[in-house]
Amino acid sequence: MATQQTRSLARFMMAPSVVLLFVWMIVPLVITIWFSFQQYNPLNPIRDGFVGFSNYALFYSNPAFLQSILNTLTLVVSVLLITVIGGILLALLIDQPMWGQGIVRILVISPFFVMPPVAALVWKNMIMHPQYGVFADIARFFGAQPIDWFGQHPMLAIIIIVAWQWLPFATLILLTALQSLDGEQKEAAEMDGAGFISRFIYLTLPHMSRAITVVILIQTIFLLSVYAEILVTTNGGPGYASTNLPFLVYQKALLEFKIGQASAGGVIAVILANIVAFFAMRAVGKNLDK
Amino acid sequence: MARSVTTRHKTIATVAAWIVALLIFFPILYTIITSFKSEQEAIQGFSIIPSGTFESYTEVQAQSGYFKFFFNSVLLSVGSTILALLVAIPAAWSMAFSPTKRTKDILMWMLSTKMMPAVAVLFPIYLIFRDTGLLDSRIGLMIMLMLINLPIVVWMLYTYFREIPGEILEAARMDGASLWNEIVYVLTPMAVPGIASTMLLNIILAWNEAFWTIRLTTTEAAPLTAFISSFSSPQGLFWAKLSAASTLAIAPILIMGWFSQKQLVRGLTFGAVK
Repeated sequence: MATQQTRSLARFMMAPSVVLLFVWMIVPLVITIWFSFQQYNPLNPIRDGFVGFSNYALFYSNPAFLQSILNTLTLVVSVLLITVIGGILLALLIDQPMWGQGIVRILVISPFFVMPPVAALVWKNMIMHPQYGVFADIARFFGAQPIDWFGQHPMLAIIIIVAWQWLPFATLILLTALQSLDGEQKEAAEMDGAGFISRFIYLTLPHMSRAITVVILIQTIFLLSVYAEILVTTNGGPGYASTNLPFLVYQKALLEFKIGQASAGGVIAVILANIVAFFAMRAVGKNLDK
Repeated sequence: MARSVTTRHKTIATVAAWIVALLIFFPILYTIITSFKSEQEAIQGFSIIPSGTFESYTEVQAQSGYFKFFFNSVLLSVGSTILALLVAIPAAWSMAFSPTKRTKDILMWMLSTKMMPAVAVLFPIYLIFRDTGLLDSRIGLMIMLMLINLPIVVWMLYTYFREIPGEILEAARMDGASLWNEIVYVLTPMAVPGIASTMLLNIILAWNEAFWTIRLTTTEAAPLTAFISSFSSPQGLFWAKLSAASTLAIAPILIMGWFSQKQLVRGLTFGAVK
């Protein structure tokens, strides 16, 4: 039984973390909400003042806004599809008996450790560059016209880069889950004459379901706020073709100094993240009890 | 009873897996190769055998003072990790060893702070940093990175500490060990591996953080993430130099990452997948 003394000691030990995180979460958020109802422009302070919901209205009527929400969701959903399906296939492949499995694992996981600006620049210049990139070399080898990835298909290019960064994460987690599957169960199923497909659907997939949930939820958190990849490749363009919500807010705040509108965008981003977070917390919370 | 694996099956799996693995690794490999080319070679089309020159490496340092950024990255990632551990260890400790009804709620709440999109608080943080003179300062960024990763650190330590059996403490107490002895001889040796893995993962995350490190720095405190981003608007020939800078920026973390695969899974899934 915890005594009064140990309980207050425990509180004392937790205080720094709790207080720090509380301040870090509440103070900036309150300032953002406050600014979202203000006209505030450091370059043109004459018209500053309370404006009600007009920042939200402005943000909403901006054609870039809907485009950015759409881009945000496109990016999240596409990368999730690629990494989860690709991750399952890759995990199944790597789980097979083979020579040099350790090295294969290391090669596959590596992109995850590459910092986002490096990943984006390497893809932009070495791989997808319409003149000097490897893709262009391949296209020319087959006598085709090289594709200007960031000019013609900016979203697709960014999706490919981000998927490359996150496929290793999905693979690693799914592989870990796969390897904890009981070998005897597999053997029993095999002896009962279950083929590869039915073994996969009735045994492997249910076993991996928790890991798949976790992969989806954690990736969603990070994918909702992709930033550096866009900054160093397309800079949101052409036009707003590859601007996502975080990038739009950044542009409004630090490039156009429309702080009120940027804050309104920030609040919308928080709401969007909260909807996702609600499901995320429930799933992770359930796993806690096991 | 082991499943019999035919050599044919194993060969096919090996070949397929190696092809896929090399394709995935290719952009990194090609960056490393290009870093040993001269600028002329780098744009002459596809080739995987470099002339083996080191000139890009020396030029990156000479032109941009690369090692200042490298030093900042080391300082920020290690510094913020140590700060986070100092704050998180007591919290995780008390939650693991004297949990209350609210422990789980507090953990979930901590996790929820991680879900707040950084961009939503970009301007307030920018203002706070500007007004307190923390903009472009190492200590400011260190605190920032510490706060960002604190929930993960608490969570990860908590899952490790929770695995230390409480009975051992009771046994030590029965044998008359003082609190100090308990901590030094019983708990510390059992906690060190968990703390070390947490540290490793957190250094990786802090090293690669690419929002605040870019936006809150200009020159003095800028780490490698900011340095590399400045390459996005290039002047002149720079493929080989970019590759050299990139290779140096990712090499230390890549190697650390290879050694921490298992901890990574656990840390990033908040203990849900082990």
